[in-house]
Amino acid sequence: MPVIRFIFDGVREMFRGPREYWIWLAVLSLVVLFGAARYSQQLTEGLVVTGMSDQVSWGFYISNFAFLVGIAAAAVLLVIPAYIFDRKDVKEVVLVGEGMAVAAVTMAILFVIADLGRPDRLWHMIPVIGRFHWPISLLAWDVLVLSVYFLLNLAIPFYVLYSRYRGKEPNFRLYFPFVVIAMFWAISIHTVTAFLFSANPARPFWHTALLGPRFIASAFASGPALIIITLQIVRKLTSYNVSQTVIDLLALIMTTALQISLFFVGAELFTDFYNEGAHAASIHYLFFGLGGFYSLKAWIWFALALNLTAVVILMIHPLRQKTLMLNIACVLTFVGIWIEKGMGLVIPGFVPTPLGEIFEYWPTSVELAVAAAIWAFGVLIFTLLAKAVIAIEQGKLRYRAKDAMYPL
Amino acid sequence: MSNETGSGNDGDKFDQARRNFLRGIGMGTAAAVAQPAWGGQTFQDTFADFFQKDYRRMSAEEIEAALERIERKAQARYDVEIECQNTPPQPGVVYGYAINISRCKGYRDCVHACVKENNLGRDSQMQYIRVLELDQGDFNLEHSDHYYEPETVPVEGKHYLPVQCMQCDDPPCVKACPVEATWMEPDGIVVVDYDWCIGCRYCMAACPYWARHFNWTVPEIPAEEMNTNTHYLGNRPRPRGVVEKCHFCIHRTRKGQQPACMEACPTGSRIFGNLLDPDSEIRYVLANKQVFRLKEDLGTEPKFWYYSD
Repeated sequence: MPVIRFIFDGVREMFRGPREYWIWLAVLSLVVLFGAARYSQQLTEGLVVTGMSDQVSWGFYISNFAFLVGIAAAAVLLVIPAYIFDRKDVKEVVLVGEGMAVAAVTMAILFVIADLGRPDRLWHMIPVIGRFHWPISLLAWDVLVLSVYFLLNLAIPFYVLYSRYRGKEPNFRLYFPFVVIAMFWAISIHTVTAFLFSANPARPFWHTALLGPRFIASAFASGPALIIITLQIVRKLTSYNVSQTVIDLLALIMTTALQISLFFVGAELFTDFYNEGAHAASIHYLFFGLGGFYSLKAWIWFALALNLTAVVILMIHPLRQKTLMLNIACVLTFVGIWIEKGMGLVIPGFVPTPLGEIFEYWPTSVELAVAAAIWAFGVLIFTLLAKAVIAIEQGKLRYRAKDAMYPL
Repeated sequence: MSNETGSGNDGDKFDQARRNFLRGIGMGTAAAVAQPAWGGQTFQDTFADFFQKDYRRMSAEEIEAALERIERKAQARYDVEIECQNTPPQPGVVYGYAINISRCKGYRDCVHACVKENNLGRDSQMQYIRVLELDQGDFNLEHSDHYYEPETVPVEGKHYLPVQCMQCDDPPCVKACPVEATWMEPDGIVVVDYDWCIGCRYCMAACPYWARHFNWTVPEIPAEEMNTNTHYLGNRPRPRGVVEKCHFCIHRTRKGQQPACMEACPTGSRIFGNLLDPDSEIRYVLANKQVFRLKEDLGTEPKFWYYSD
């Protein structure tokens, strides 16, 4: 069976490499193990070990979840030029982007599971044997779109790689419909995640029609930032051909998206503060503090400064075209959006509470350790996937019919 | 355990020891071996708990078995014999509540009665009712004091606003739940199946009245203070990691009694009754007083009104 042979060869390739590669895998695994140990403490003692409370009932986990769905969606920025505009240079790296989407969706789902009070009851969500409250609950929608997106991003590269492995060209007409679905699906996962928040009139800070567009714009800035850095690492560490034109294209998309994202932030600030009403209390807390509490104030201004610096670098062409400056802009954008769409979005929704109480939140060491573990796990998945993808794309792994005559 | 036995007397202690001894024999060796790993539960009970269906899909026999497991679990965890019931809603009844805010003096007797009645976690200090203290002439909740502790109440120049679950007729929390673990019963009470909730807390984000509370750890209840009269959808001891809320004292009101908060109120500010009965006191209030509801603009249709003389 060539499929079994393909999977076997792929997995073997994932665990083959120089010493540095093994050290990298070991370091990531150690972080995962350390976080898993802290998670077991959360399992035995309950979510009381986190910084969350009845007042601020979502925290660092859901913040990372919201951000990572955006990273997953951003893979579409490689999918569209590769498959729709048939850009050969982008096509060469599109599978790496899809691998990143798989890793990001995995992390997003793990963050939601880490946040559950009863992970042992996860099966209650499975239709038929459980009760899946679809299409009413936005959380049910999110579970649905994320699962399908995960499968799409596994299935398409699997087919393409399997064809290459067998030395055939993949049948474009066969997988193109799925590519089109995946494109729209990418937008849907982040829109649904935004709607999850904006659906709540109880939380005026989230209850804005701009939240969906803001999520997409910031995702299309932070996503390319991560892809640009990753592709350069791939280019440096392997003999894989990553064309500079791909990086230039992503940098341009990122520039535009970050501009739009900042414009949206400005629009939000104007509307809330020009005639400041009771509904602006949360954003007031975020940017200026409220009633003597201002733990997020420095945090959000820092994020804004990062994003503004990044957009200036990106908007000046000679600066953007310098690799070092572009990389700085990418790091600034990634961190800036992570703060803005993470803690900067989730926490103020709960401050003040609907009854006007101000109660602050800050993650505990358990939350930080579990989050680090989930991030490390995602990087681990991406490393392994990318390793196999690159080997197959370079033609190092090929199916040979005569091998099949011998047992594995 | 019944309420009339005092906790200090020797006979009671002996009785307790005898019961513990008998229970040890009754459960047999399997339970004794399984005790540490399953938190005092038998393997069969843990297995049945895990695969328990949601409340609305259980057959009468399955509910009966679930109630018995709940009683055994309370025995193992708190060493208290409780009775867990499943009193159905009365036909032709939809409950409503009204509070006379000009009478409320901020004593918080309702809060304390609720904590006792509903077996709320003591260490976690969970409370279904919040009484907000506001300056006279101010109704902005953000200016309210949730933790007022003067020598005596009422304080001159302050007024008091008790807030709890509004039992909305279009409850956003019910829409939010991804597993349908919370719903509105035919008598209008929004309930939670604590054995079905996955603890995602999306309902807490959706509630505009901060009426939902989470068990961040196992609720601590002193055995002697346990209310042994419980209901599956109400005040039975809750597990860790699930959401709970005010249920209009479902174990009392479905039997025609008043909710504990109303019974405890020394000022008579609280009116509870059947909205479908034209002769009820609550209907009189709605027809003859100037009533309002909190955050009416959100369209959640609370069945909880405020009025003043």
